[in-house]
Amino acid sequence: MFLNRKDFLGIRDLTAEELNYILKTAETMKFVINQKNKKVPHLQGKSVIMLFYDYSTRAKLAYELAAQHLSANVIDMDATAASEKKERLQDVGQLIDQMGADFIILRHPMSGAARILADCVEASVINAGDGHNENPGQSLLDLMTIKERKGGFEDLRVAIIGDITHSRVAKSNIWGLLKLGAEVRVTGPSTLIPSELESFGVKVCFDPREAVDQADVILSTRIAASENCVYKIPSLDEYRSMFLVDENLMKYAKDDAIVMHPGQIQRGVEIATSVINSPQCIVNDQIGNSVAVRMAMLYILSQIGGGLHEAFD
Amino acid sequence: MKRLIKNGFVMAEGIDINKPADVLIEDGKISEVGYSLKCDDAEIIDASGTYVFPGLIDMHCTICDPGHESVEDIETASMSAARGGFTTIVCNPDTDPVVDNKTVVEYIITKSREYSHVNIYPYGSMTIGCKGERLSEIGEMMRAGAVGIADGDLTVENASLMRNIFIYSKMFDAPVITHCEDTALSGVGVINEGRVSTLLGLEGMPREAEDVIVARNIVLAENTGARLHIAHISTKGAVEQIRQAKKRGVNVTCETCPHYFTLTEDAAMQYNTYAKVIPPLRTKEDTEAIIEGIADGTIDVIASGHMPVRIEHKQREFDTAAYGISSFETAFALSYTALVRSGAITLEQLVEKMSKNPAEILRFGSKGEIKAGCDADITIIDLEKEYTIEPSKFYSKAKFTPAKGLTVSGVTTHCIVGGKSVF
Repeated sequence: MFLNRKDFLGIRDLTAEELNYILKTAETMKFVINQKNKKVPHLQGKSVIMLFYDYSTRAKLAYELAAQHLSANVIDMDATAASEKKERLQDVGQLIDQMGADFIILRHPMSGAARILADCVEASVINAGDGHNENPGQSLLDLMTIKERKGGFEDLRVAIIGDITHSRVAKSNIWGLLKLGAEVRVTGPSTLIPSELESFGVKVCFDPREAVDQADVILSTRIAASENCVYKIPSLDEYRSMFLVDENLMKYAKDDAIVMHPGQIQRGVEIATSVINSPQCIVNDQIGNSVAVRMAMLYILSQIGGGLHEAFD
Repeated sequence: MKRLIKNGFVMAEGIDINKPADVLIEDGKISEVGYSLKCDDAEIIDASGTYVFPGLIDMHCTICDPGHESVEDIETASMSAARGGFTTIVCNPDTDPVVDNKTVVEYIITKSREYSHVNIYPYGSMTIGCKGERLSEIGEMMRAGAVGIADGDLTVENASLMRNIFIYSKMFDAPVITHCEDTALSGVGVINEGRVSTLLGLEGMPREAEDVIVARNIVLAENTGARLHIAHISTKGAVEQIRQAKKRGVNVTCETCPHYFTLTEDAAMQYNTYAKVIPPLRTKEDTEAIIEGIADGTIDVIASGHMPVRIEHKQREFDTAAYGISSFETAFALSYTALVRSGAITLEQLVEKMSKNPAEILRFGSKGEIKAGCDADITIIDLEKEYTIEPSKFYSKAKFTPAKGLTVSGVTTHCIVGGKSVF
């Protein structure tokens, strides 16, 4: 099977079949990085540009490692200069393109930025997070982790807890899980739930106990006390008192439920330390899969990407 | 100079629209309307098979002159308007400098006289610099030729100031044109809040942002007795409130724009910045309510809402892209196709909303109808001719529209302003 795509911009664009194919490829990649010599030659002679307009540690690390394992040249481009001079994203893209890069990994503070870039370059664009829109890489590694633990997605009940509005991972996960046949429930402060989410087939619960009732998977999101949230939640203390994933809440989920988080957990606010330390919390599995998934994304695009995708239309 | 428009389907009182009729123009005025008119020394304009309407009047558009003539100037705006069938346009005061004193009013009127192909009248800004802080010299501007006062699409937030503007405006019988948006509610939104904002991860502007200011302004107008005209309404809530207010006898009129009943928030999918307008495109429920409001008379006017911006400011991230739409050249055809062809309203109703009603609201005594003695502002349109909207061919400097690729009918064949054929 070929994925007839130049870019990975979001989970929303992908079909269930494509998602499964990526997850399967990621399993192969996981096998590769468990070898003594992790290096494989598939991206030899290709270059990967890291274009990060936003701060990131783990995503950047995962993409860099993934590209290096695949023998690509990795260049970290300093995007701050471009953004300070207000250079258009399209112009930056053209520049990278003309220099012959094959992949651009973009993180950008505005929703839709990856789409704009992808539309104007020959290089394959991977969206490493755009505004409040999507983060397909993080979502795919979540899906991979769920699949490893639960075997599949059919009849799976997944609860997503926290700030959904500002979480691009939550959005990507919602689109992905729905496509793969899981039941999705979300809960969090009602001011942080995007409007008309229910119309997509998601169940919105104000009571976290209802959301995690008989759940197989609990996905916690990062809750930011940033300016975005000033008018939306009174305090982290109140959030904690209502939505903290603790042992008490876990009682409502299935006994073998797993707990996941996209990273930088605020202990005791999002997830209680006792839950983090329990075997049910599998954030380390997530981190372990983060490189394999990115390798799969790069590898799949390299099979068709780089401007040759028309050949497969 | 005499001109005789022959054999068109003329929309005029006492004339059967289905029977070819003639209009005689003399010295910039309409001198006679009737069947089989004869005039040997007149230049003949053959209108057979086409419709002859009173010149369309656009009461809500932005021309970036003075200040940003590279975006649109008086000349290109007027050519674009003429092609769209508008013989008169009234421009927003949010220029640079703002139309908040008589000098800028005079500049626009003088420059228009020289460069414009159509009649251009300015609104005066109700506050200095469109800032919503202090009253501007409304009296001087009205004396200099402003036809009303407007807020330049920036809501006056201070209700006490707004109330004083209403009271003050009564001295001049000036229509008060208000853009209704509670900026605290619309916040950092860039698109309607709803399914599409959720799908695209963009910040939404709830419909309440429009509705609460519509409500506030109706209450203020009701109690002051001023003439409120609500600009570009886009929500079901606004339609309903205005309908109720009119029933109570409040002195309120309102307008909408073609994009608010032909397009929905879905037009912004794929982050299409050409669909980024203010107020934002709403939902199907709203477009249906708008059409209902147009049909039952709640909505008095269809304005173009033309708001040119530089294309570079459109071709960027959705969050930072400029609000705007180029719509002089599509307004009539979109409205005709969506409203008359679909059977929602009659052709006569449409022309009323695009000519007679704005003329009445703006107190243009001699415009808005085809009648002996009126100004010879006439638009001739071929309603049968279908075409696909292609913005690259616009006369406007703003060559973009979210309606690109739509098939519409209604092509302007002649635009006559003051007896002179300008298109």
